[in-house]
Amino acid sequence: MEFLSYLISGISLGSVYAIIALGYTMVYGIAKMLNFAHGDIIMVGGYISFCAISYLGLPSWVSVLLAMVVCTVLGVVIEALAYRPLRSAPSLAVLITAIGVSYFLQNSALLIWKAAPKVYPPVVSGSLKLMGDQLSIPYVSLLTIVACLVIMAGLTVFTSKSKMGKAMRACSEDKGAAQLMGINVNATISVTFAIGSALAAIAGVLLCSSYGTLMPTTGSMPGIKAFTAAVFGGIGSIPGAFLGGLLLGVIESLSKAYISTQLANTIVFAVLIVVLLVKPAGLLGKYVPEKV
Amino acid sequence: MKKKFLALVTASALALSLAACGGSSSSAASSAPAASGATSGAAGSSSGTFKLGVIGPLTGENAIYGQAVANGAQIAVDEINAEGGAIQFELKSEDDVADGETSVNAYNNLLDWGMQVLVGPTTTGASVAVAAEAYNDRVFMLTPSASSTDVVSGKDNVFQVCFTDPNQGVGSADYMAENMAGSKIAVIYRNDDPYSQGIHDTFVSEAAEKGLEIVYEGTFTADTATDFSVQLTGAQSAGADTVFLPIYYQPASVILNQANAMGYEPTFFGVDGMDGILTMEGFDPALAEGVMLLTPFSADDTDELTQNFVSAYQAACGDIPNQFAADAYDAVYAVKAALEATGCTSDMDAAAICEAMVAAMPTITVDGLTGQGMTWSSTGEVSKAPMAVVIKDGAYTLP
Amino acid sequence: MKKMKKSTRTAFLTYLSVILMFAVMYALDSAGMLTRSLSGQLVPICCYMSMAVSLNLTVGILGELSLGHAGFMSVGAFSGVIASMYMKDIIPSVPLRLALTMIVGAALAAVAGVIVGAPVLRLRGDYLAIVTLAFGEIIKDLVNCLLVGYDSKGLHIAMNLTGNMSINDLGLEAGGVAIIKGAQGATSTLTIASFTTGFILVMVTLFVVFNLVNSRAGRAIMALRDNAIAAESVGINITKYKMMAFVTSAALAGAAGALYGVNFSSLQATKFNFNTSILILVFVVLGGLGNLWGSMVAAAALTILPEALRQFSDYRMLVYAIVLILVMLATNNPTLKNMLGRLKPSKKQEKEAAGNV
Repeated sequence: MEFLSYLISGISLGSVYAIIALGYTMVYGIAKMLNFAHGDIIMVGGYISFCAISYLGLPSWVSVLLAMVVCTVLGVVIEALAYRPLRSAPSLAVLITAIGVSYFLQNSALLIWKAAPKVYPPVVSGSLKLMGDQLSIPYVSLLTIVACLVIMAGLTVFTSKSKMGKAMRACSEDKGAAQLMGINVNATISVTFAIGSALAAIAGVLLCSSYGTLMPTTGSMPGIKAFTAAVFGGIGSIPGAFLGGLLLGVIESLSKAYISTQLANTIVFAVLIVVLLVKPAGLLGKYVPEKV
Repeated sequence: MKKKFLALVTASALALSLAACGGSSSSAASSAPAASGATSGAAGSSSGTFKLGVIGPLTGENAIYGQAVANGAQIAVDEINAEGGAIQFELKSEDDVADGETSVNAYNNLLDWGMQVLVGPTTTGASVAVAAEAYNDRVFMLTPSASSTDVVSGKDNVFQVCFTDPNQGVGSADYMAENMAGSKIAVIYRNDDPYSQGIHDTFVSEAAEKGLEIVYEGTFTADTATDFSVQLTGAQSAGADTVFLPIYYQPASVILNQANAMGYEPTFFGVDGMDGILTMEGFDPALAEGVMLLTPFSADDTDELTQNFVSAYQAACGDIPNQFAADAYDAVYAVKAALEATGCTSDMDAAAICEAMVAAMPTITVDGLTGQGMTWSSTGEVSKAPMAVVIKDGAYTLP
Repeated sequence: MKKMKKSTRTAFLTYLSVILMFAVMYALDSAGMLTRSLSGQLVPICCYMSMAVSLNLTVGILGELSLGHAGFMSVGAFSGVIASMYMKDIIPSVPLRLALTMIVGAALAAVAGVIVGAPVLRLRGDYLAIVTLAFGEIIKDLVNCLLVGYDSKGLHIAMNLTGNMSINDLGLEAGGVAIIKGAQGATSTLTIASFTTGFILVMVTLFVVFNLVNSRAGRAIMALRDNAIAAESVGINITKYKMMAFVTSAALAGAAGALYGVNFSSLQATKFNFNTSILILVFVVLGGLGNLWGSMVAAAALTILPEALRQFSDYRMLVYAIVLILVMLATNNPTLKNMLGRLKPSKKQEKEAAGNV
């Protein structure tokens, strides 16, 4: 029974990682950049929906929409101002700029919303009692898991069927060739950032609902974990990000329960290292042999 | 260039538009009420405007503590200056991001400014690093909130306003042994935090001596501070009816929330870091019903000193002060009391003031927000009685 | 032959400028003309310079992105602290103790470098980066569990893996000294670091890296960076040279960490987290990949910058972030770069070398 409840809390944690990782992996797949500011967009999403609920008194679902809109705009603006001018620069330069953006967002949030942690009103409360109250599953965990599945399915369909999705895949394969085929590469990348940031907003709301509090640094650690999850599953691969996120959450939760709360992170990272040694491109990543 | 300028403008416009959503606050300190309470042992002929430095994390993940300390000290300074006595203060707060290296930089920066007395740093690790420098430079240092004994040990010119970690760990264990004998105790602490680990260690050894039964020990780190369901399930299945939380209130609020969601209802027992939980924006006080804590300060106290401080703090900063702000407030008054006892003048250099204050500290008594009749030993530790309170209907009450 | 000469010239010019800078700063410092704030930062700046140069060896010269360099600094710092505390009574001479401290730091970091490097270097690109990040975090977590003390019987070391141990479980005799107390870290270190040691550290680091780069091994390493397959086809042993560069880089970081560790009386494992790794990477990228001189300038500038921005008080880190973004845009945007290139033709070659990675 305990095992089941640990497992469910792991899956729920993993689902949050997975949603963030999906955003990471989309951006990486198309723009070939590690967007370290992604975690901070989550934090902004959390704050926007917190403000909408607490100060404006809006219902939760409206606050989620508002957070998505704000984050989408923010993501597109960041891309246009900070990343687009560096499209032809070495990828490390973009990485550092992304870190600069991350500092910028964290410190702006600190100035705007102050350092005091806010308690986030959960979008849904209560829990499902099963097997004579022995097993209780918070509704927010169920919501997180469902949201994660829906998003994953939606993204898969979007990238494989829609015109924009196909354009994205083309850009991901070869930007130059895509441009020659009449695809607007800049617009495609903007859309990617928009989707990634909207996902970050949803992840922000779910993360804060599950874990209750909100601070300017709320997004950084889940951001790094989600990055790890994306690589774990094979960066650039949508099902990979989903699988990576889930596994990461479950491993973290179970190692806390059965091995050591102290070393939960160590174990997660150790598993990651072992997996990458066996499958150097992640669980579901494509291994591209180097050609001369 | 044009593009970058545009970027900057847009970014700041964005920040401003977002600001509309946040709560408004003004940092300018407004009219401070007349001071009452703080008294000194002996009145000397000290006079002049002394330069007081404050160090704490004003940015980063610990910003809440540093900002509280800076604000609390500012209110005390404003009061003292408004009163117009012989001793006046000029205050400067510097950011250290709770990091030893940056804290030493901040300290050096304050010395360049001409600091004569240091009130700070706020966090333990940073304080130990700065204390060594202050000891070598002979600058008087009074930390409001760094609670480890490492901060003061072996340094005659370093003093503390808050309880030491052993004091709190032992105090909690003694209280439990006396009042909650026979309970099964679980401890959940943050083991990458010197404060939390320090209290945990002394609690566990005192508990063993008093014959308390600890059935579960769970840890977490800054990186895993979002989900406590595993630790709580562990404590629950070990049959713990009391959960000791020697941690700060932010993770504690998450623990209370998740325990509630699980339907686990032990008695939670906190230490001074727990103070502030009731004033968190959006926190449901019902979750903290029945939580016990040892705290030196309560913003709900009805005595005049506390009420004046709380209203001044709210007017200046917009929030309800926590114990960090109260400790800093008391620290400034302790500095004032010690200065009065020495007869220092503001044209003396930091080292001369330091020697005089080191001699004066053990002689003074301060009635402050965090304790009546606070006195200091020559080793730097404060002596004041911890107060055990229980949260009832969203307010502290005596059990 | 001509190229050889040029690289030797670069090396000598770099040494010379470092010596000059040191002489100027030392003179100013002894004359009391530096502010406290600046003179207090001299040792950390030397450590960060050395960190940046050593990371440049991995990122710029070997061409592998490492996000866990702070982990090696951590290993060096804590082993250095243990060594210096342990030798406190045995070796009274401070300079000798400092030298041994840094050697111990470098040696243990080199061991860590071998342990990390063996699996990591089989991976490529961002996968390699994430594994270095993972190792950095693992090192942080393990150091966090470390309990070390010493008494007349020697060193006592324990790992608090279960979370239930404290320094009392080491069983130190009365009069024993606790050196590292888990999360509380090292809290009673004697601060013996000096600016002169920092200068020597930077010189040694530069010497090692320049000599490695300008040797047969260095050319093999750069050949690996530029095209691993071509390099392998002419008989270069990939694993050997990659390990050589990686472990050297780790050892130098360890020495820098050791000096850093004995410069502050308190040190916690959390100091060497992901953010510190990133900070050092920022130095390297900003200074130019493969450009050692640039790394040092960037390290010094970005260490002083947050202090220089103190006048902005609450907006300090925000301004820092904006400056960082603007500098990256200004130095990497092709239009701006061309403009700069036209102004200073001599800069162009350097940029090309930097852009090769």
